Amino acid sequence: MTHPYIPNTDEDVRRMLDAIGVGSIDDLFASVPAGVRLRGNLKIPAAMSEPDLMKLLQDLACENADCGRVAVFLGGGVYRHYAPSFIDQMLLRSEFYTAYTPYQPEIAQGTLQAIFEFQTMVCQLTGMDLANASMYDGSTAMTEAALMATRLTHRDRVVVARSVHPQYRQVLATYTRNLGVTIAEVGYAPDGTVDAQALAQAADGGAAVVFQCPNYFGVIEDPRPIVEAAHEAGALAIATVTEPLALALLQPPGALGVDVVAAELQSFGIPPSFGGPYCGVIAASEKCMRQMPGRLVGMAKDTEGRDGFVLTLSTREQHIRREKATSNICTNSGLMALCASMFMAAYGKRGLPALARLNFDKAHHALGTIAAAASASGVRPRLGGPFFNEFVLGGFADAEKVQKGLFEDGFMAGIPLGRDYPELGDAMLFCVTEMNPAGQIDGLASAIAKRAKASSSGARKGQPAGC
Amino acid sequence: MTDERDRLIFEKTHEGRRGYSIPAQDVPSTPVERSVPAELVRREIAGFPEASENNLVRHYTRLSTWNYGVDTGMYPLGSCTMKYNPKVNEAAARLGGFAGLHPLAPECAAQGALRIMHELQELLGEITGLPSVTLQPAAGAHGELTGMMMIRKRLEDRDGRARSLVLIPDSAHGTNPSSAHFCGYEVREIRSGDRGNLSTDALAEAMTEDVAALMLTNPNTLGMFEDEIVKAAAIVHAKGGLVYCDGANMNALVGKARPGDFGVDVMHLNLHKTFSTPHGGGGPGSGPVVAAREMQPHLPAPVVVKAGDRFRLDVDRPKSIGRVKAFHGNFGMLVRAYAYIRALGPDGLRATAENAVLNANYARVRLRERYEVPYDRVNMHEVVLSDHRQNAHGVTTLDIAKRLIDYGFHPPTIYFPLVVHGAIMVEPTESEGVDELDRFVDAMFAIADEAEHDPKLLKRAPVTTRRSRFDEVAAARKPILRWKPGITEA
Repeated sequence: MTHPYIPNTDEDVRRMLDAIGVGSIDDLFASVPAGVRLRGNLKIPAAMSEPDLMKLLQDLACENADCGRVAVFLGGGVYRHYAPSFIDQMLLRSEFYTAYTPYQPEIAQGTLQAIFEFQTMVCQLTGMDLANASMYDGSTAMTEAALMATRLTHRDRVVVARSVHPQYRQVLATYTRNLGVTIAEVGYAPDGTVDAQALAQAADGGAAVVFQCPNYFGVIEDPRPIVEAAHEAGALAIATVTEPLALALLQPPGALGVDVVAAELQSFGIPPSFGGPYCGVIAASEKCMRQMPGRLVGMAKDTEGRDGFVLTLSTREQHIRREKATSNICTNSGLMALCASMFMAAYGKRGLPALARLNFDKAHHALGTIAAAASASGVRPRLGGPFFNEFVLGGFADAEKVQKGLFEDGFMAGIPLGRDYPELGDAMLFCVTEMNPAGQIDGLASAIAKRAKASSSGARKGQPAGC
Repeated sequence: MTDERDRLIFEKTHEGRRGYSIPAQDVPSTPVERSVPAELVRREIAGFPEASENNLVRHYTRLSTWNYGVDTGMYPLGSCTMKYNPKVNEAAARLGGFAGLHPLAPECAAQGALRIMHELQELLGEITGLPSVTLQPAAGAHGELTGMMMIRKRLEDRDGRARSLVLIPDSAHGTNPSSAHFCGYEVREIRSGDRGNLSTDALAEAMTEDVAALMLTNPNTLGMFEDEIVKAAAIVHAKGGLVYCDGANMNALVGKARPGDFGVDVMHLNLHKTFSTPHGGGGPGSGPVVAAREMQPHLPAPVVVKAGDRFRLDVDRPKSIGRVKAFHGNFGMLVRAYAYIRALGPDGLRATAENAVLNANYARVRLRERYEVPYDRVNMHEVVLSDHRQNAHGVTTLDIAKRLIDYGFHPPTIYFPLVVHGAIMVEPTESEGVDELDRFVDAMFAIADEAEHDPKLLKRAPVTTRRSRFDEVAAARKPILRWKPGITEA
């Protein structure tokens, strides 16, 4: 049988069987015990031609809301920003995307230099000494950063702010449960920032204090009291960043004494793609180098004395150290790191802050506009802390119903916080970026006012959003 | 003197140039200092590049030309399954309804995506004979850790105790013991038998009621099918343990045999190996886990379930191990793998395994003329050679690998598995035709000649690439892991 992906013809197969000295292909499977050989075909659909396949996939894609037509005001760890067109075309260069991990540096200088530049830009953005070549995503980056802290401090307790992304905290819990590492959670003040006093108490004996900036509520944390509390207790201060664009406006964590940054770089040109692939990264101070998980690219000289790049410090990794490795990670998120690299380079020194400022302006304008339109329906800003491009509105009698109603009006907007924070059952999280024109913001404001009013009459609490 | 065009992007910075374009300011501006304390506001991102769009495009285009991908030529990396990455998969993943879909979109807005995930769960379940499926893990090692956590949870649930040991063959990939460790288990290594296979005697001796699982790869890392697998599984099960299979070598088995039928309880798959999603220079991948029916409650949450003709994410799973990653999984890679399986169908998948195994055996019988084949019998989709004969001339596996680059091939996997000294692991995959295999063999024979007549040349190889061998020892001794002004010579 011929297939576009399998070159050998029946003639080729016969020639090769003769050379091997067997009569049929099944002779080559003789080592598979007869009792476990598959009889007949797999019960899966027959092969499709490419045109038919493409039609099927297009139909399936159209079953999803076309985010180009629906107005999207969702954040919650995944952000819509504009990726310059050249980026995807560079990602489609097959020397990049069909290449393997750069174990043979002589024929991988493209990948290696791109990652070295990535590591550099992550350091510049976060104010850290070193950064790795990527992790799967922000949630596993944060988790592995916390585990790294337990190894560095020889302590088995991690303190985490509740204002860190709920799903990130779930991942941390899953990993630490099997390793005898306990998690202590610290709440937030009425303005949405970390409760500094509670933190100072909880930090005692901890390996790390983990916070998020901007946090899950969109609130900008002041890292300084958190760093102080952590260092007082001999713990590492770990900043989780799900919206790295904010770092273009804010002092980098490294400049404020943070020891480790665990970031998600999806904002930097990586499509939302219903949850992945994304790009995590860990950036840290020099002292963490030997315990850093993930790959590291370093400079090297070849036999002619020319500068180039290689994977380095591999003795930390699983293929060398096996069960003593700093992580089991092997395949990471190389192509997405290249994507983030190109985004950072394209916007660059002036563009990234400009893009960040526009996000800040849009979100603040949106909050004001919505507050004005919807206050009569009881909607108001719920937390008082400073924010970047996400904010929390409260006063919704039935947040799930409002979200559903907004969708019917053409808006994918508002994450009901009651799902993860029972005390915030009346609140919803909204995100506004440069991708939301002013007219859309006005439309959202009217829709929120209308839906909030409708849900407060005859409200039913706590219905999950089924639709 | 370095060619300026080869420099790092920071060294190409030209103040005032820009490569971006930002939408018009259609809202009033809000001064940041009004809400954020001045000490927390950033002045600038020191060192970030400034370049115009065409500067950037030239820079990255240039970098790409220094790389070698599967589209450039054969990539016989054993255990990596560097097969052809179909282009329709790239088009599919980029469809707006997939690429632009936010993971927190309401479920009614994501039915197409959820359908693909559900169907892929079923397809992978059928292909492996293991019906409990999670698509959440982001790579093979991530899947290994997930699978081991599920085993741990299952034992806790069934017996009230997780046990403390995991048995792993000495030929295993490094991620296996590493993943077991991160699951809280201690590793006990089992020596391979002299045929290169798992020794069931050694297994029986090591298997106790304190062993949670055997982690094995089948076919193993020598490219051999573990023909005693049913017996091995029985030994483990008899003492209440579970069998974990590293699915990296699934390319030899698709459509021919199913791990669920030979005693495996849990395994991971590498979509970026068997199921054609591209390697990307180090990821992203995807490592779904498939498991026996009784493992279903322990899958990471959420799981995609079907209710009538609608699909939803089921989060109410009290016996789940929890989440192993934010959101649902690497959906972009799931679309690609789904498209691949639909393009091939059952006949295509079977032909994949058959051609993979055929190609590797053809490589063996031709290469053994000049290279030592430690286990010279019918293998599966990969074959292990060694540098033993070339050692007589002072030539090593490393030299052979580096010289292959000059012949236009990516080297095979080298120095793995550890059980063969100077291992060279060749996995052609089904993507190569016999003509390409003959070219590869010709190159290997030419190198064998060079080993005899001009070993010094091999020591210098590669000589045709833009960089020659690197001093990796010096690089690790004084690591330079980022650029700073002045770090590269003029």
